[in-house]
Amino acid sequence: MEIKIFLTILFSTIFINNYVLSQTLGICPFLGVSKKTDSAAGMGFAVIFVMTIASIITYFIYKYILLRYDIVYLRTIAFILVIASIVQLVEMAINKLSPVLYRALGIFLPLITTNCAVLGVAVLNVESGFITSEYGLLMTMVQGFGAGVGFLLALMLMSGIRERLETADIPFNLKGMPITFIIAGLLSLAFMGFAGMSF
Amino acid sequence: MSVKKEFFKGLVDKNPVMVLGIGLCPALAVTTSVSNALWMMLATTFVLTCSNILVSLVKNIIPAHVRIPVFITIIATFVTVVEIVLKAYQPEVYTSLGIFIPLIVVNCMILGRAEEFASRNGVFMSIVDALGMGIGFGLTLTVLAFFRETLGANKLFGYTLIPGFEPAGIMTVAPGAFITLGLMLWAMNSIMTSRKKH
Repeated sequence: MEIKIFLTILFSTIFINNYVLSQTLGICPFLGVSKKTDSAAGMGFAVIFVMTIASIITYFIYKYILLRYDIVYLRTIAFILVIASIVQLVEMAINKLSPVLYRALGIFLPLITTNCAVLGVAVLNVESGFITSEYGLLMTMVQGFGAGVGFLLALMLMSGIRERLETADIPFNLKGMPITFIIAGLLSLAFMGFAGMSF
Repeated sequence: MSVKKEFFKGLVDKNPVMVLGIGLCPALAVTTSVSNALWMMLATTFVLTCSNILVSLVKNIIPAHVRIPVFITIIATFVTVVEIVLKAYQPEVYTSLGIFIPLIVVNCMILGRAEEFASRNGVFMSIVDALGMGIGFGLTLTVLAFFRETLGANKLFGYTLIPGFEPAGIMTVAPGAFITLGLMLWAMNSIMTSRKKH
């Protein structure tokens, strides 16, 4: 029974409600870092990491501070500050613990603070009522992880296509951003095919 | 530095969405109807103007290495104000814009203007800059929303346009947003290149 709930959340955040392609969250890094597959993978893994940790910590902040003292209206301020601090801490921790990983993910970490998908997943955890439900912590974790994996998937698909585009013969005025947006639109059209699925 | 130049740069030369490519998430997400786009413009311009004013007032007090957290806190405060006011007086707008109201905090345009302009210029110029940028952002959203609402729902401000016309529903969902913005950028590039030739 419980496993089914978690699988549904995981599947829907990766495919059906993909944060980038169907909810249009995190578009700036999606377009900015998708020129090469290597950096796309680095950014994707950094986002999975930060989103999962941010989901867990904002769960505790919301449940044990904001709800308990009835200051829910401070949600936006609390969450953005928490996310900014988490990103800083994660950056310092990775730097100390694994210099190899830091070289791979380091430059992407500061960019994640203004990735609206991270704040988006924290806010959506609250709005979808996960935090007050019985398995709240696990549900928010799964949603954070799934959202990150969905972001990685979208980023990898996009960077694969964009690498091929470099050799393609594109009309001059369509080069750069315009063709990227149109491709993102076609990808998102493909992801709409998942919308009919349900368990 | 003239007032006119600072105001109009946000509308054309440095248009946040079309030229700089920032603030794209709300531009794609809330443009399903023109009224949503206009409310988003109002909310974002309010936050941008207030944060620019406050940042330019306190710019000399903030130590350089903690300026980004301070800017984010200032922005988040005004976003909370918008959230509370909309929830109280415009509950319909609050539900239809949804999570994109709290997400104004991470609109890179606002932090970008605080860092790039308000922390280096006086209060009056910062207001002019904020209004120009906010309106430039909002106008792009309105144009995008105009195409999406008329083609995707056959409506404008909720009124049916052509009776009996079957709208293309794809325009109101995410793919329509991406493709319409792509075509708008294509059109803009074409205009720019044809201008350069003459």
